[in-house]
Amino acid sequence: MSAGVGVDLENLWIRFGDFVAVRDANVHIKGGDFFSFLGPSGCGKTTILRAVSGFLEPSEGNVLIGGNNMKGIGPNKRPTALIFQNLALFPLMKVWENITFSMEIAGASARDRRKRADELLDMIALPGQGDKLPSELSGGQRQRVAIARALCAEPDVLLLDEPLSALDLKLRQHMRTELREIQKRVGITFIYITHDQGEALTMSDDIAVMRAGVIDQIADGKTIYNDPATAFAASFVGENNVFRGKVLEVRGDQALIRTNRSGDLLSRISTANQGKMNVGDDAMMFIRPEALSLAPTGTQGDHFVTAKVNHEEFEGNSFNIFMEGDGGKELKVAIPNHGQSFDDHSGQDMTLEYDVNNAVAVPAGELAAE
Amino acid sequence: MTTDKIIRVSIWVYLGIFFAYLLGPLIIMSVTAFNSPSFPRMTPWECLTFNWFGELFRDERILNGIWNSILVGFGTVILSVSMGLAGALMLTQIWPKLRATYYTIIIAPILIPGVVIGISTLVFWDRINRMLGLGADSFLSNGLFLTIIGQSTFIASYCMLVLVARLQRYDMALTEAALDLGATHAQAFRKVLMPFMMPAILSASVLAFLASFENYNTTTFTFGEYPTLTIELAQKVRYGITPAISALAFMIVALTVFFALVNEANIKRKKMIAEARKDATVGELAGKIEVPGLVSRNPAAIALIVLVIGVATVTASAMTYSPDQCIADVQEQKRLETEKRIQELRDRRAKDAAEKAAAEGAEGGASQSAPKPSNNSGFGGVFAPNTLQNEAEGATDEGGAGSSNNSGFGNVFDPNAIGNDSN
Ligand SMILES: Nc1ncnc2c1ncn2[C@@H]1O[C@H](COP(=O)(O)OP(=O)(O)OP(=O)(O)O)[C@@H](O)[C@H]1O
Ligand SMILES: [Mg+2]
Repeated sequence: MSAGVGVDLENLWIRFGDFVAVRDANVHIKGGDFFSFLGPSGCGKTTILRAVSGFLEPSEGNVLIGGNNMKGIGPNKRPTALIFQNLALFPLMKVWENITFSMEIAGASARDRRKRADELLDMIALPGQGDKLPSELSGGQRQRVAIARALCAEPDVLLLDEPLSALDLKLRQHMRTELREIQKRVGITFIYITHDQGEALTMSDDIAVMRAGVIDQIADGKTIYNDPATAFAASFVGENNVFRGKVLEVRGDQALIRTNRSGDLLSRISTANQGKMNVGDDAMMFIRPEALSLAPTGTQGDHFVTAKVNHEEFEGNSFNIFMEGDGGKELKVAIPNHGQSFDDHSGQDMTLEYDVNNAVAVPAGELAAE
Repeated sequence: MTTDKIIRVSIWVYLGIFFAYLLGPLIIMSVTAFNSPSFPRMTPWECLTFNWFGELFRDERILNGIWNSILVGFGTVILSVSMGLAGALMLTQIWPKLRATYYTIIIAPILIPGVVIGISTLVFWDRINRMLGLGADSFLSNGLFLTIIGQSTFIASYCMLVLVARLQRYDMALTEAALDLGATHAQAFRKVLMPFMMPAILSASVLAFLASFENYNTTTFTFGEYPTLTIELAQKVRYGITPAISALAFMIVALTVFFALVNEANIKRKKMIAEARKDATVGELAGKIEVPGLVSRNPAAIALIVLVIGVATVTASAMTYSPDQCIADVQEQKRLETEKRIQELRDRRAKDAAEKAAAEGAEGGASQSAPKPSNNSGFGGVFAPNTLQNEAEGATDEGGAGSSNNSGFGNVFDPNAIGNDSN
């Protein structure tokens, strides 16, 4: 398959006065991919997208679309279409006029536009709604109209800026699958921006994790979840328990870490940091709640953790135990619910066990805010 | 309970006084346009007439003034709305720290007295005219040009205020969305920003036109060969006021009410259509939505229809109705009244004469007892009729001339006064 048009960011810097919004970003996005930028609010995601669509000139570095440098090319000349964070549907135009705005610019006849609008309305499952005004649609419908309007321009790259953030949970989950299907059908490159790791994980081929203008890691969702490159990536994507400490010993791709609270624990060094962690370095070790299991109380060893239980909760598919953890944060354990009986352990000590391969060590760094 | 009632009543009384204060002069002036006396007055009501409208439209200077005002109005609308729009757009683009200063500068012309603007416009363009070595008949010293330029300096600021208010609600992302979809800046401006601004542009245009139409202070310095309506009116009023001016005022009031109602009805209609659209199913939307009762639930539309019908019937009856008969009747009645008064005076004179004669007859016996008072009354008897006679003669003259003269100015003042004058 002619794999769509790729996008490359080369040493991209964007500054607003003294403030650095994007710091030396290098990203290679393959043609036809669903690529996500994932990061907390204010980390510079929109800024990157605006640089790709041409509303912002990079302070340094280049944006390449399909291998062509976009320097000096305005947004109306780039093969991109942007779906705005607030959608930006034209309020005075009917839905069909909104959708086919790009055709109107190109000088298409009203008849052709109507026809194309009807096709696209069928595709986004809003048949016959073309004569409404955007204000007469629901949030999810407006969302889909915005997508249709962007697709109508037949871009090589579709840029989406948190398009689902205004929707309620149910609709958001429904739209995730729908977006992914649309992307597969039209086969063009999607660059998707979100601060919701669930969205990024479920939809993307590749994800870039961003923190305050810096891209921490670029990888597929599974890698980012299981093998984070930084403390930030580990703590931002999914729930994670952190253990702070110092590297005591490096054994091949594993490290023994002297933790502040829980003794010496063994952990795998994350792929990106292998060979880079030395004895005496400050380190952080992450274990997911579902990677911990119960062990006989008091068991000692380099993959056992003992702590006092604060409280417990039942979440349906799992029992959650919250224990006293490192740095004031609770240590969370999720025991899958197989119908077993479950006693209350509040106030007691409990011992947990983990598989060393499920614990990752990274150099100490900034954690994601809760 | 009772204080509640008092408060409610006093609110109504207040409202009544307020509206009487606000609308009373307009109503009275409008009524005088239909009364036949040639000095605008409501009482005594003499004859219903439409002649003052005819008079108005036969007045070359007023017509010329209206035409000039319209020319100036349109010129001012075009110039000041475009300047206002440019100013408003600039305000949203400008560096935030400069914004307050820029705003103050651009609003300043509103605060400057119109007289100053008029004089400075005149002086400024005269300088430029001379610098360019042009004659007194050049384009730059043309009254139309100067008036439009002069008025626009401050009307543009009004327009900008109206436009800025709308522009603040504009989402700049819409322009970006248009650009992103391939539009040029000009296309984004025309197809997205302009339609959004259109309501504000329309209200700014109306505002600019009205402000221009009623302007006197600035125009009085700049009009040159093109006196506008306000200038003509001011000059006319110096030589006395006639109901023709009331007729003009009435027409302006009627037009204002008409457009206000049109606007109101339109707003209401749009709201109802929007509501109907919201309830409409997809099928109804695909076809055209028919909204029955679009008028019946719209009070402004009803008032509008009533107004139009009213104007139509009045105009139609004005075509056929002639006040001549009534005016003739009134004159006839006046003549009769005058005659009656003359007759009365004559009677009194005759009576006085008879009394005098009787008194003279009796004087012989009474002369010693009360000479002074009787003498006095005798004098009075002799002189009073003469004075009265004079007066009566004046009135008679007036009455006689009335049939030809009256329609011209006979009714302007009291007949007696005119009589004295002509004496
Ligand atoms: N025009 C601008 N001038 C100055 N600073 C800006 C400008 N635009 C963005 N910034 C700053 O750049 C940083 C990144 O902004 P950006 O809009 O890219 O965030 P984001 O990741 O999209 O956040 P969100 O998820 O909340 O949309 C923010 O700190 C913001 O204050
Ligand atoms: Mg953003």
